[in-house]
Amino acid sequence: MNNEVTLLKGNEAIAYAAIRCGADAFFGYPITPQSEIIETLSLLKPWETTGMVVVQAESEVASINMVYGGAGAGKRVFTTSSSPGVALMQEGISFMAGSEIPGVIVNVQRGGPGLGTIQPSQSDYFQATRGGGNGDYNVIVLAPNSVQEMADFMDLAFTLAFRYRNPAMILSDGVIGQMMEKVVLPEQKPRRTEEQIRKECPWATIGRTKDRQPNILTSLELKPEIMEARNIHLQEKYATIREKEVRYETINCEDADYLIVAFGSAARISEKSMEIARGKGEKVGLFRPITLWPFPERQLAEIAKGKKGILVAEINAGQMVEDVRLAINGAVPVEHFGRLGGIVPDPQEIVEALETKMMRK
Amino acid sequence: MKKEIIISGFGGQGVLSMGKILAYSGLMEDKEVTWMPSYGPEQRGGTANCTVIVSDERISSPILSRYDIAIVLNQPSLDRFMPLIKPGGILIYDSYGILNKPSRSDIHIYQIDAMDKAAELKNAKVFNMIVLGGLLKVCPVVSTDGLKKALYKTLPERHHEMIPLNMKAVQVGMDLIEEA
Repeated sequence: MNNEVTLLKGNEAIAYAAIRCGADAFFGYPITPQSEIIETLSLLKPWETTGMVVVQAESEVASINMVYGGAGAGKRVFTTSSSPGVALMQEGISFMAGSEIPGVIVNVQRGGPGLGTIQPSQSDYFQATRGGGNGDYNVIVLAPNSVQEMADFMDLAFTLAFRYRNPAMILSDGVIGQMMEKVVLPEQKPRRTEEQIRKECPWATIGRTKDRQPNILTSLELKPEIMEARNIHLQEKYATIREKEVRYETINCEDADYLIVAFGSAARISEKSMEIARGKGEKVGLFRPITLWPFPERQLAEIAKGKKGILVAEINAGQMVEDVRLAINGAVPVEHFGRLGGIVPDPQEIVEALETKMMRK
Repeated sequence: MKKEIIISGFGGQGVLSMGKILAYSGLMEDKEVTWMPSYGPEQRGGTANCTVIVSDERISSPILSRYDIAIVLNQPSLDRFMPLIKPGGILIYDSYGILNKPSRSDIHIYQIDAMDKAAELKNAKVFNMIVLGGLLKVCPVVSTDGLKKALYKTLPERHHEMIPLNMKAVQVGMDLIEEA
C-alpha cells in the first residue's frame, strides 16, 4: 500500500513508518498506552519482508541496552515505551549520549509519578528535554501532534540521530497514540547495506579494518582532561543542533493579541480553543514547538513581541512553561494552564483559562 | 460540513467499532476524520465511549467539550453527554435500561430500540449496526455506499460474507428510528 491513504492509530503509524523507513531492529517491552506498536510490528512480520528484527525484550532496561548495542553497530534501531518504562531506560540513554550512539526512543506518555495511570499526560517534558539520566547531555526531542506526524517523525528521528550521533526521542502521549486519523505512509525504503553503514558510520563497531585503529564506543574516561574535552565536544555539537534543527508551527500568530503555546496533543486541543476564542472576537494565535529540545526560543521571543500575554497549555503541572519564560524573559506576561494525573483538558477549559488568567474577565 | 459526534455505552456493545466504521466510511468519502476512544478498564464492563469527527476541513482537537450528535446507549452515558449537546444538535438513545428519559427541548431527540430489535432478530452482534443505520437516517454523515465500502475495506475477507447481514441491519435501523 505505497502512499495509500489509510486510517491508523498513532501507535500503529509508528510501527508501519519504522518498517518503511528502513529500520533494522525494534527492541521493546509492552506497556499501555503504546502496546499497539509491538502488536502491529508482530502482525506485520517485517522479518519476513525487509529483514527487520523485532524482539520483545525481558524489560525496558534490556530494551535500551539492546538499542545501545544495535545502534553501536551503525544500525537503525529503536525502542518504544510509556512513561514508567522510559524512566527505567534513562541510564541507557545517558550512556548512549556519552558514547554518541544514535538510537531512537519513542515515549507515548501516561500520567505519573511512579506507575501513575494509563491515561494520557505530558508530564515527562522535563525528563525528555533536560536529559533524564546523569551528566551534561541532551536528547533531540520531537513532539508529534497527529497520526501523520507520528509516521513522519520516525524517519526524521533516525535521520537526526545519525546526523548528530545522538539519541533522538519522539515524545508523544496516550491521546496521539490511541486516536485514529488519516495518514499517508512513506514509501518503503531499503534497509542500509553493510557497505553503506561502513561508509556512513565510520565509528560503528562492526569489525576492524586494516586502515584504522579499533573503534571503541564507551562513555567511560578516567582522565578528567580527556573527559572535559569530550564534554566540550558534546556541548559544541548541541550548539550546532540548537542552531540548525529547531522546528515549530504557528497558526494565526500575526494579528494575535494573545498566544497559546502548546505541544503535541495539547496543541491540537488548543487549536480548537483558539477557534472558539476567535469566534468570540478575541485575537488568539497558536505557537507549537515541534522540537522540544532544541526549544524554539528565539523564534518564540520574536513572535511574542508586542503581544498582551501568553498562555502555556500543557497536560502537566507546568513544565514547558519554564522554557517559555526563559525565552520571553519577562517581555510579555506568561501564565500556565494544565490538567494532571491523566485528565485531558477539553478546549473550553483552555478558553476559560485564557479569559480568567490573561484577559482578566 | 463538520460533525462532532460522541458514541457512548457499555463496554462490549460495539461502541468503539461503530465509531471506527463511521470514521472509515468518512475516509472512503475523502473526508477528514478523527476517532478518539476512551481506553482502559472500560473494555471490561464499564462505560466506553469514542469521539468521531467527520469533516470537509482540517480537524483541530480530537477532544471536545460540545457535540453536534450524541449517541447514548445507557443511562450513565445519557446523563453525562446530554448536557453537552450543542443547541439544535441531535440526541439518539436506546430506551433499553433508560429510567430517566431525555428532557431537553432545544435539541432533536430520537429513540431507537435497537437492543430489543437485535434480540428479536436473534443476533446481538448487529446491535451497533442498527444504531448506526438510525444515525444515517436522521443525519447522513456518510452515505450507505461509503459505509459498505468501509466494511469491505476493513473486515478481513473471511468475514465478507457477513457484510450483507450488516447492511440489512443498517436498513432495519433506518426504519426503526423515530422522533421521541
